Amino acid sequence: MKLDTQRIMLNVLLALVPGVSALAYFFGAGIIVNIVVAGVTAVTTEALILRARNRSLNTLRDGSALLTAVLLALALPPLLPLWMLVAGTAFAIIFGKQLYGGLGHNPFNPAMVGYAALIISFPLAMSSWPALGEPIAFWDILITKAMPNSGIDAVSGATALDVLKFRGALTIDETWTADQGFGHMAGVGWEWINAGFLIGGIYLLATRTITAMAPFGMLIALTVCAVLFYDSGSSQSLGSPLFHLFSGATMVGAFFIVTDPVSSPDSAMGLWIFGLGVGMITFLIRAIGAYPDGLAFAVLLMNALVPLIDHLRLRRT
Amino acid sequence: MSQVKQITRDGLWQNNPALVQLLGLCPLLAVSNTVANSLGLGLVTLVVLTLSNLLVSSLRGQLNSATRLPAQILIIATFVTCADILLQSYWYELHQRIGLFVALIVTNCTLLARAESFASRHPIRLATLDGFMMGLGFLLVLILLGGVREVLGQGTLLADMHLLFGDSARAWKISLGTPGILLAVLPPGAFITFGCLIAARNWLAQRDETSPTNAAKASNTPLIHRE
Repeated sequence: MKLDTQRIMLNVLLALVPGVSALAYFFGAGIIVNIVVAGVTAVTTEALILRARNRSLNTLRDGSALLTAVLLALALPPLLPLWMLVAGTAFAIIFGKQLYGGLGHNPFNPAMVGYAALIISFPLAMSSWPALGEPIAFWDILITKAMPNSGIDAVSGATALDVLKFRGALTIDETWTADQGFGHMAGVGWEWINAGFLIGGIYLLATRTITAMAPFGMLIALTVCAVLFYDSGSSQSLGSPLFHLFSGATMVGAFFIVTDPVSSPDSAMGLWIFGLGVGMITFLIRAIGAYPDGLAFAVLLMNALVPLIDHLRLRRT
Repeated sequence: MSQVKQITRDGLWQNNPALVQLLGLCPLLAVSNTVANSLGLGLVTLVVLTLSNLLVSSLRGQLNSATRLPAQILIIATFVTCADILLQSYWYELHQRIGLFVALIVTNCTLLARAESFASRHPIRLATLDGFMMGLGFLLVLILLGGVREVLGQGTLLADMHLLFGDSARAWKISLGTPGILLAVLPPGAFITFGCLIAARNWLAQRDETSPTNAAKASNTPLIHRE
């Protein structure tokens, strides 16, 4: 059992490589710094809590704390101050996981708990992504992250989802020509990042590390919603299906977040419901919510429904 | 242990209305975002609880089982209305902030619970002390919660105390210079902080019970059982 968990976690970490590489390519080394710092924080926090609970430190080896840290870190802006990063990761491990009894007992996805805590606490810092194509020296990244007030002024650029939401009365086509960062499908960079995570997801499916129900449910729901409200690209359009599939956290969410076995239902039909719900709520928050992306809240809301879905006693997988 | 000591211990620690009985959580969680707000609501609750216990206890000979509950509620509501009006006339700005929850003290289960389970069965002196100690226990938890949330959420301590103590209290504000964590100010922050407080109290109580010197003390059953 232990070895199995470890193998799955390592497989998932491996599958994250293409997406993380794309993120680091477009947004610089800050992403890697985030992942390393979050990883160290998560493992240290987990070890401390396990000691406090008089539990064996052996469970650290399953790699789940590390995976939580990586999933959280790659949703965070590269120039996020270090202390926020550390606080968010520690919160995810302590309040999202260990207080419920550790791996296997947490009703909510710990990484999304950390993300939600951070976006609610620091909305400004959490939504300032640097502009694309303006590389920042590694040293400057470190200084900015360690001392938020003395580093470089953040060269922030809106993400494609923000551009779409706050475009005023422009049609989709006009937005594409007006904003250079809007890219071919879903914003320069973001489409490649999502493609990277899609490749990782296909690898996970091929190796049978994850099952297809929840991810497909989510992607189908998102696509259907986007088709319904695309409105052929008018000024009222909520974005094309391709745009929604390849922007923000869609792909990493579909293949790495909603597939978390602990916080998702245990029946095939349950997984479909879970995935469809996440997709719909994500779209809803993207369309009318105030936050940059809706995946974290969608996952948390559906996590809260999991006991109910399981209670329906649907056919077990 | 004397009854006075037992009542004090019950109100402040053993049977604390907020941390152990988990009563009156709605105002507790809603108002506790700064020390000033906490202190305001806590003091009003303390006064109302003490006075209602006093009056309920002194009327206990006159009331039978049919009239007891309506009378208790009427007494509590009277004191709450008085407090509400007083607050409006002397601490108007504070009332603007916590007024909604002052009116809601009527529905605070702590008050009815103390009136029904303690004041209506005990002499005036003990009932008044019980009301005061329960109110004090509630007040202390409120202030602690308010303090933690204010420091985490706004990076200040004792801000806005002029609402309670006049303009000279403006200078009491301590700015810690730490950045505000918005989550601590919002309702989820209240639940999380309160959960941590309960956990801390349980941990301390457990440690107390397991240490040999206190084992005898802890085995004393509380005077009033939770109903």
